[in-house]
Amino acid sequence: MAFGLKHLLGLEGVKREDLESILNAADSFREVIDRPIKKVPTLRGVTVLNLFYEPSTRTKLSFELAEKRLSADVLNFATKGSSVSKGETFKDTVRNIEAMKIDMIVMRHNCSGAPKFLTEFSSSRVINAGDGTHEHPTQALLDMLSIRRKYGKLDGLRVVIVGDILHSRVARSNIWGLKTMGASVAVCGPSTLLPVGAEKMGIDVFTDINKALDGADVVNVLRLQLERQQAGLLPSLREYRNLFGITRERLRLLNKNYTVMHPGPINRGIELSSEVADGDDSVILDQVTNGVAVRMSVLYLLSGGGKKEDE
Amino acid sequence: MKCSAQIEPPEKAQGGFFIYTASNSTISHIIHKRGGTLSSETTEVMDQKKVQRALMRIAHEIIERNSGAERIVIIGIKTRGDYLADRVAENIKKVEDVDVPVGYMDITFYRDDVHTRFEQPEVHKTEIIFPIDGKVVILVDDVLYTGRTIRAALDQVIDFGRPKAIQLAVLVDRGHRELPIKADYVGKNIPTSLSDDVEVHITPIHGEDSVLLLRGGIGSDSESTGQKSGKKRR
Repeated sequence: MAFGLKHLLGLEGVKREDLESILNAADSFREVIDRPIKKVPTLRGVTVLNLFYEPSTRTKLSFELAEKRLSADVLNFATKGSSVSKGETFKDTVRNIEAMKIDMIVMRHNCSGAPKFLTEFSSSRVINAGDGTHEHPTQALLDMLSIRRKYGKLDGLRVVIVGDILHSRVARSNIWGLKTMGASVAVCGPSTLLPVGAEKMGIDVFTDINKALDGADVVNVLRLQLERQQAGLLPSLREYRNLFGITRERLRLLNKNYTVMHPGPINRGIELSSEVADGDDSVILDQVTNGVAVRMSVLYLLSGGGKKEDE
Repeated sequence: MKCSAQIEPPEKAQGGFFIYTASNSTISHIIHKRGGTLSSETTEVMDQKKVQRALMRIAHEIIERNSGAERIVIIGIKTRGDYLADRVAENIKKVEDVDVPVGYMDITFYRDDVHTRFEQPEVHKTEIIFPIDGKVVILVDDVLYTGRTIRAALDQVIDFGRPKAIQLAVLVDRGHRELPIKADYVGKNIPTSLSDDVEVHITPIHGEDSVLLLRGGIGSDSESTGQKSGKKRR
């Protein structure tokens, strides 16, 4: 079965077979990172550039670790202290770094669509590590891997995503990916933070958390970006907590073998109570481990530098 | 591309073993290669009995060479070497009454052609759930060819620990080594040309044990033959 992607820009439109290839290989890499020697020589000689135009701690660390465990050479770029502050354009920056001979670019940018733009002039394989409010495919893939490793499948499960759906690239990628894999998806949040026409994505939309959680298997709680309150989209954090915060009582509405997920970093006591975050049914730390495996998988599958057989 | 003849499913006999009686010698095939048709010949070089005897002899040789089976662990190389590893372990159990630990290994992450391919091969799981330090590791594979798979497997074994020794058992050695690698236990040496294909059939996948030799047609180039028929070079 041939892997159909050259770049990973988002999960929208990605075929089920390709998602399965990524998750299957990630399962194998999960086994690698549990070994005494957590490193394989797969990407020896491949140079990967981590191009981060937006601050990131865990995604960047996770990618860097994945690259190193595959024996790739890693270059890190952060806008702070770079010639971007001298006014160099994005295109010029990338072209200059590419002239140093790199093979793959992992990119985060605050503009939606920036990785797509990158593929138009770059010869490298591109992995989107989050672009604006568009997509964050590897986060959704690690969420899907975490669910699949717990239930053995994604088909037929009910996943509820709670929080700021409007600004969330994590939610968007999760919706596309989960739907392709046969899960049923619902979103829930204050109406100011729900995208207009979300129903058109083939999902259920709720503003009442109790209705949303009823009968679901997985609840994926998004981080509430606190600046949204300053923007006037939320009356108060306390109200948000009361109406949408995930507490132990609310978890009773879920199916018996439920799972709580969060992409981190958590605002404890706002979107998620501490007892839920640290509870037995939380797979939050597992998600972090799976994140490294999924990123190894994506890097591996996209790393083919050869020509197509019929070329 | 499947070039094996359709064979009746074998009867399941007592003891979990399959008994297979028919023995087809030479079947002519028309197979499609590189857009054209070339006539090719398939010969069964080992039948069920021969494969079983070879696997039993390999088990005996392993026991003899290592003075018993106490220090031994077996690791099968996927895909197919894993099934053969199970069979060798069963045979050792029959002879010595020792349960030898069996692990399975996928060598994809250790291959040396990652950058030259356009697409990456499917990854299977590596399952080695026992320590290998100080043990004699018997690597098991179906066909020994270029030796590159074994090179990758050796690197991977060494990343798992420091075995006392590593030995190699293969069902078929077809020659054409590209690396200085030699098997310690060989089921059968089969002289081949580069344009030939060797296909190993084993009961759990194909319903029978056999080794088929597919003679390459005139003018076919070995490298592409191997790939077009969906097999990696070994």
